[in-house]
Amino acid sequence: MSDQTLAIETAAPAPESKPARRGLSDALSGWLLSLPLMLVLFFFLLLPIAMIVVVSFWGATEFSIYPAFQFDNYEFLLTSPVTYSVFLNTVKYAVISWACTLLIGFTIAYFLAFHVRSLVWQIALFLVCTIPFWTSNIIRMISWIPFLGRNGIANSTLIQFGVIDRPLEWLLYSDFSVILAFVHLYTLFMVVPIFNTMMRIDKSLIEAAYDNGATGFQTLTNVIIPLTKPGIMIGSIFVVTLVMGDFITVRFMSGSQKANVGRLISNDIALLQYPSACATAVILLITVLLVIAVLLRFVDIRKEL
Amino acid sequence: MTNKNAKTGVSRRSVLKGAAATAGAAIGSGAVTGFPTVWAQNIKNVTLRQFGTGVSNLNDVANKVKEDLGFTLEMTALDSDSVTQRAATQPGSFDIADIEYWICKKVWPTGNLQAMDTSKIKNYDKIVGIFKSGKLTPESTIAQGTAPHSVGFVDGPGGTRFAGSETGWMTLIPTIYNADTLGIRPDLIGRPISSWTELLNPEFKGKASILDISSIGIMDAAMVCEAMGEVKYGDKGNMTREEIDKTMAIFTEAKKSGQFRAFWKTFDESVNLMASGEVVIQSMWSPAITAVKSRGIPCVYQPLKEGYRSWGGGIGLSSNLKGIELEAAYEYINWYLSGWVGGYLMRQGYYSAVPETSKNFMSENEWGYWFEGKKATGDITSPTGDKLASAGDTRDGGSFHDRMGAVACWNAVMDENRYMVRKWNEFIAA
Repeated sequence: MSDQTLAIETAAPAPESKPARRGLSDALSGWLLSLPLMLVLFFFLLLPIAMIVVVSFWGATEFSIYPAFQFDNYEFLLTSPVTYSVFLNTVKYAVISWACTLLIGFTIAYFLAFHVRSLVWQIALFLVCTIPFWTSNIIRMISWIPFLGRNGIANSTLIQFGVIDRPLEWLLYSDFSVILAFVHLYTLFMVVPIFNTMMRIDKSLIEAAYDNGATGFQTLTNVIIPLTKPGIMIGSIFVVTLVMGDFITVRFMSGSQKANVGRLISNDIALLQYPSACATAVILLITVLLVIAVLLRFVDIRKEL
Repeated sequence: MTNKNAKTGVSRRSVLKGAAATAGAAIGSGAVTGFPTVWAQNIKNVTLRQFGTGVSNLNDVANKVKEDLGFTLEMTALDSDSVTQRAATQPGSFDIADIEYWICKKVWPTGNLQAMDTSKIKNYDKIVGIFKSGKLTPESTIAQGTAPHSVGFVDGPGGTRFAGSETGWMTLIPTIYNADTLGIRPDLIGRPISSWTELLNPEFKGKASILDISSIGIMDAAMVCEAMGEVKYGDKGNMTREEIDKTMAIFTEAKKSGQFRAFWKTFDESVNLMASGEVVIQSMWSPAITAVKSRGIPCVYQPLKEGYRSWGGGIGLSSNLKGIELEAAYEYINWYLSGWVGGYLMRQGYYSAVPETSKNFMSENEWGYWFEGKKATGDITSPTGDKLASAGDTRDGGSFHDRMGAVACWNAVMDENRYMVRKWNEFIAA
């Protein structure tokens, strides 16, 4: 924007009255330029969220909802022990999935950025990472079911090799399978931002660390990790928000046996209890925003980018 | 800087004002639509919009209507929750509602449906007793739950209260119904199963499943608890809070001890659980058994001594229907009961409301297998051509009278429905 203004300024010699007029058109054109985005955000983000907050105070019958201002939905939600166990479960999934995706994502990004020397190979291997994303994530998730099942490939292979005598029941329809699916689905969201920040680290910093006698591990903890923090944060925000907002992965991979907040909401919607679904959504939104606020305390992303 | 901000504040406000004005104009112009109804049209130009669950909303039916009656029937298939919602909240969006009887109990009070004059229905006398007096034969006892006859009649054309006996004004014309029970894998169980209690038998730990649709799942759970002798119910279709608590406590305990492998919500999930051997005993629907069998895997729709949990659906008319469209709707209903659709549905394993007329559209072998419970004399195929049984096979559960005569409970909506739903959610989250 400022570059553009500068270009106009240098191109045309300014008459006396121009600064004032240009000031006005600047403001106007600025607002006009941001208007489409403003409208989109207003109608498709702010308005729906406002609606959700409003409806969360409404009442519901079996088949209809009626405007009201009552705290019944929140009261039921916040006094039910199920709510707390479900939120706890949601946080558990988020924390474990985050730790696994971070470990795997960081390792992959590190390998790509520092061990693969040529740019061509880096790009080629990076594209290989994205291949699974050519199919829908529902398909990627469901394909685990026949693999992990009682008579699935994993169990029959292990039995064949004599590792186990009886099929492992906990492979499917358990917390394990839910988290496995999350890690599989969302690791790339960690790889991309971390790889991106790693690529921008000046290689001479690593050489300097090496020249000063730092071991590989010291270089990692003192140079690379601090400099990739913004990437880690962005990846973490992706993974945490995706896992906390999910319902379909939990439903399929746990065989409907486990619950997270998303499933509470989807059950309410199926039973036409929109106000109660809205109240749960509002609480979830607040929780996720708090988590992100905490994450942002660690790194000032604006500054780092 | 400050100056600039002040200016932009002004322009933003004016921009928003403009936007609001435009939006207002757009909404205003929307109200000026709507066309005068043309009454002089021929019945062939009538289009009736029907919606309902996937079971009976078949394109084959719409095609046959066009062929036999000449008018157009538009079909929309939805899941049962959306069906309820639409019938209750969008009366202008349909002419014919294909809903279940328990949904009717929920929706009728909204006044979105109109009662039907039974004198205009030619085959009314031949409709099975279940839908009129509630009794299959004069000696039958009426099952618990939302029995179809109890919500099948109202006291007059504009009636909003259910009459409970035949009045000449019907809420829904019954179309399709069946008796549900547990499905089992006889090859993996290897012994006879005869009671609902087997669902919670520790022998099948980690190999059982129940459906995660609260209103139906709670019924299956109640059948189990009653058979175990743990809970005595006044009416399984209308439980008290105490009965709901006891039922869910038993199932929560079973869940925590690992009795269930998974819960299922859709037809496909139930088929996959059974076919893959993850589950050997579970609540199931009749066509799902057929789907497992068609993969060459043995699967039985096991009749149990405590009886069946049954369900029924019917078509209701929108209160907006009048004039020639209403006439067309009556014609459609009369056609529906005249046999072709009944034969089609019975060859899928459901029952038709007027079996006598359906018989004319089925071969002797098909009628013997599906309705009379006799051994098939040749291959039994579905209306779409898939082979379902070979010569010598008999239908699980036997004849129509054996199956529908042993109904213990109808799908229902309880007075304590919201409480039940919350308890069910707790069970799932436990």
